[in-house]
Parts: sequence; C-alpha cells; structure tokens
Amino acid sequence: MYTQELVSAASIAARDTGTSFSTFTNLSRSIMLAMEYRGPKRIRAVQKPMPEIKHPQDAIVRVLRTCICGSDLHLYNGNIPDTRVGSTFGHEFVGEIVEIGEAVTKVKVGDRVIVPFNIACGECHYCRQEMYGNCNESNTESAAIGAFYGYSHTSGGFDGGQAEYARVPYANFGPTIIPDDMDLDDAVLLTDVIPTGYQGAEMAGIQTGDTVVVFGAGPIGIVAARCAWLFGAGRVIIIDKEDYRLEFARNYSYCEAYNFQEIGDPVLFIKKMTDWLGADCVIDAVGAEAAGNTLQTITGRKLLLQAGSATALHWAINAVKKGGVVSIVGVYGPTDNLIPIGNAMNKGLTIRGNQTSVKRLLPRLIDHVQNGVLKPKELITHRMPLEEVADGYRMFANKLDNCLKTVLMPPSANQ
Amino acid sequence: MKDTAVNTPIDPKTIKGWGIDADPENDPTYPMRRHRMNIGEDPQAGNRPDNLQPVDVEVLKSVERPNVSAVFGTPRPPSGLSGAIRRQTYKYSENEYKRWLPLVLADRVDMVEGVVSDLLHGKLPNIWAEKGYDMEWKYNRSAFLTKMATIGAVTAGLVVWLSSGKKK
Repeated sequence: MYTQELVSAASIAARDTGTSFSTFTNLSRSIMLAMEYRGPKRIRAVQKPMPEIKHPQDAIVRVLRTCICGSDLHLYNGNIPDTRVGSTFGHEFVGEIVEIGEAVTKVKVGDRVIVPFNIACGECHYCRQEMYGNCNESNTESAAIGAFYGYSHTSGGFDGGQAEYARVPYANFGPTIIPDDMDLDDAVLLTDVIPTGYQGAEMAGIQTGDTVVVFGAGPIGIVAARCAWLFGAGRVIIIDKEDYRLEFARNYSYCEAYNFQEIGDPVLFIKKMTDWLGADCVIDAVGAEAAGNTLQTITGRKLLLQAGSATALHWAINAVKKGGVVSIVGVYGPTDNLIPIGNAMNKGLTIRGNQTSVKRLLPRLIDHVQNGVLKPKELITHRMPLEEVADGYRMFANKLDNCLKTVLMPPSANQ
Repeated sequence: MKDTAVNTPIDPKTIKGWGIDADPENDPTYPMRRHRMNIGEDPQAGNRPDNLQPVDVEVLKSVERPNVSAVFGTPRPPSGLSGAIRRQTYKYSENEYKRWLPLVLADRVDMVEGVVSDLLHGKLPNIWAEKGYDMEWKYNRSAFLTKMATIGAVTAGLVVWLSSGKKK
C-alpha cells in the first residue's frame, strides 16, 4: 500500500479535487440527523448533509448504536482547544456499512462493524508497532495526538458517530466485523470503554497478587478495576465521590470502593491500607474533569490555566509505592498540568499512558465477551433517542438519575 | 470511613477470568510495543499511503508535521474571526502556549459567531433545550431552581449596580 517516495508539499497541493472515490453504495439520502455542538454545554440535534467518501479507503456507516463517553464531556464543557461550532461528537459507535470507497476490500456493504474510536491507517511507523492510537497518517492538526472520531480539530477534525451516518476512514483496517452472536449493546462498548479500561489495567503492569488502586468509578474506571483481576491482582480498590457509582463498582468489578469525601486524604487512606507502602499500581481513570482539589478545579476546569484538573493524577503519583506503576487512561488537554513530578522521580515511578490501541485489543476482548468473562452491556444505564442528545449530555455530565452509561439510538438504527 | 463495612473482601481466584491475562514480562515493559522499532531500524518510516485525500478545503496543519495526513476531517474549515485566530495559532509549534490558549479564545468567538449565524438565518437558539435543562427539571429541580435563582439575583444586582453608576 505504500509508495517509496515522500509526497512533497507541491504534490499535496496538486492533489485532485472533487474526485469521487465511491464505488459501492445503497444510499439515496442527502441529509441526516446528527448531534451538533454550539458552544460550552450547548448542543442540539439537527439535520446535516450526509457524510461523503473522501478517500478510496473510506466507508460510510449507518450508525446502529452510539454512546456518550466521559471524555466527550471535555468537549461539551469547552475544554479542548479547537472544538469548532457545528462539530458532531461521538467516538463510540457501531453500525452497518452502506457505502465503500474503491480501494476498500476488507469489508463490504451490509457488514455490521465495531468502529474503533481511533482512526488508524494500520501501516505507518506507529501502526506497525501496534500503536493504533498514535497513527501518523490521520491527524494533520496535531503531531502529538492521534485522530479520533468527533473529538475536535485537535484530534483530526473528523465528525463523529452521534449521527445517523458517519464517514469511516481506513475501512480496510479499522472496522471490525461484529460476530453474529454478539449483542450490539456489547459491541458498542468494545469501541472504547472496554478496551480503554483493559489497557488501563494492562499498562499498570499488574503482577500476580498486586494491590491495584483505580481513581474514578466512571465506566472506564469500573472496567479497569474489573480487568485488573484478569491480570492477577490480589486486591482492587476504587475511589470516587459518587456513591451510586461506587456501589455499581462493588457489584460489577468485585472491588472495594470508597468515597473520597468520606475517607479524608485519599493518599493517606491508601497508605494505611497498604502497610504504609502505597499501592503496587495505580490507574488514573478520571482525567481532566476531576473533582476533589479546589486549586486544581479552579485552575484546571474553570480558568483553563491547566489542561484540566489533574487531581486524580496527583493522587495517583502520591498513592503508589516507590518503584510502582502509574497508568493514565484519563484524558487531559494538550497544554500543562500541575502534578508532583518531583515525587515521581524520587519514588522511582514508572508512568505509562496512551490512547487505547483498540484494534490491537479487539480479538482478545471479543473472546472475553463471548466467553462471559466480561459483560459490557451491564454498564448501560440509559437509552435515549438521538433527538434527545442534549438531555443525554446534561444527564451524564451532572450524574442525574444515577446515570453511568448512555446509549443513543439514531432513527436510522430502526430502519 | 463509613463505607468500610460494606466492602467485603473476596478471594480473587473465585472471580471468573482471574489471572487469565497475567503476563510476568509486562513489568515494566511497554505493552503496546511488542514489535518495537526505532526509526533507524525502520526504512519505511517516511513512506506514505498510496492514496491521499484531496485537499479541497482549508486544512490547518501542525508545523510539527511535514505534510497533510493521508486522511483528514473536512466538515468545519476555519472561517470568520475565529478562523483568523486559528490560522495565527497554527503558525506555532505544539510546544508553545500561543499555539493552544488562543485556540480556546477562538472557540468562544466561534460560539458567538454561531449565535449570530443562527439569528441571521432566522433561527432563535433554544437555550433551554440545547442545555438539556429538561433533565435538571426532572431529576434535580430544587438545586436547579436554587442555581437559577442565584444567577438571576446576581445578574439583577449587577445590572442595578451598573445602572446606578451611570446616573452618577
């Protein structure tokens, strides 16, 4: 698939314009329903033009299920730079392929597919090392960040899947056929939540018998806590401030769960629980929206002087033992954060983080779901029509009605 | 500490799947780099895909990249004052604050431009619906009313204060 010569700026400028790459289609529509961002905490469902094939490896997917993710809240709150009005969010979606570009050979019209949240070519320097969250051929607007569906121009400027239809680049690589016996509700949670929670545990380098602490009892943290056992953890503790989520975590993840508003200093609490050594591994499953520290909240979430509130990461560094591992799957913005990096150095920590390499993990995780080891759809607490997307975001953002995970159903899903 | 009582210890080996993915070599190796290559070992590091998406809209490119990526998003090219700010910021590397902070300003300008655009198209934004206030009304009414009343009182106070200042 690769030519041996670099493409010069001149040749880029000379690319054909207006070329149609579409060869197979069963589409006859010109508009669709989609979520649209209008500014911080303002979104609506509108009619937008249908997505088009822009590249020979593109596909168009009719969305059958799409979710609101915790990291969508960073966009919703206006905290990610270059989130443009008119954008459609949504990086968790599954659907049916309805149109393919002329170079697409690995999937066909009619296939039902899991769409990994990261857009990856599968062949660049990073993809060939299975770092599919770091593809070098998907995001023009940032060299540091990979490309994700519906996640601002900082992440590539692609519209997302909170719509009836979505453009899916690199259809020969990304989309993965949904097994016949898999529920769509299970499948949609394999686009991000399950792989990200799993990778959070994987990056923690858990060894048999380890004590693992997870900060954040959102869907990702709950899955990370559940997956920590798969790596042989001996004890798993989750920390949050929402009692209903902590109760959910106790039941779903079989872990101990504590409310940081009731335990005093969470770092001291963990030290006391671990013979004053600290946890072997700590997972930050919160990211930029963390509560629990006024200075972090004001400078990170209100004034945007930091790339979000780094409270959870701060606690993670201080709560892990010397020589321990901190795994970061919580999402932060591209600027700076206040964290105790001196403690990380003095304690000899290993800090790992990355966007999830969904495609790398899918075969193993599909097995785990089919074998009953993981049960993704039990995370779903709410189901709403796409037309009510603004209500869905408000409910999830403010944790109303014990909301944990919301699935949005586009009208096209019922066709 | 009240939660302690409800946290019942569990024998990990009774949990379905316990230890099935245990990997002694993952300590502290980097799990995603099972096929690690440095750039010197990768003669194909600079290769590009055969097909490149036509650049038929304005795409802002990071100066830390040599080229436009083979695919890119097209729905919202920069426009207006917000677009002008964005174009300026993309002249700087991702290492610089002036690359990122003005983008947040551009986003807020974009928001205002969006309201103006709505009005010019004869559409009055339904702020109540766009903010999902129906959910607050349904599930969080008393706190929501308190918050709205506080905002209203502070706003009214400011208006009165500013008005009285003008008269002087």
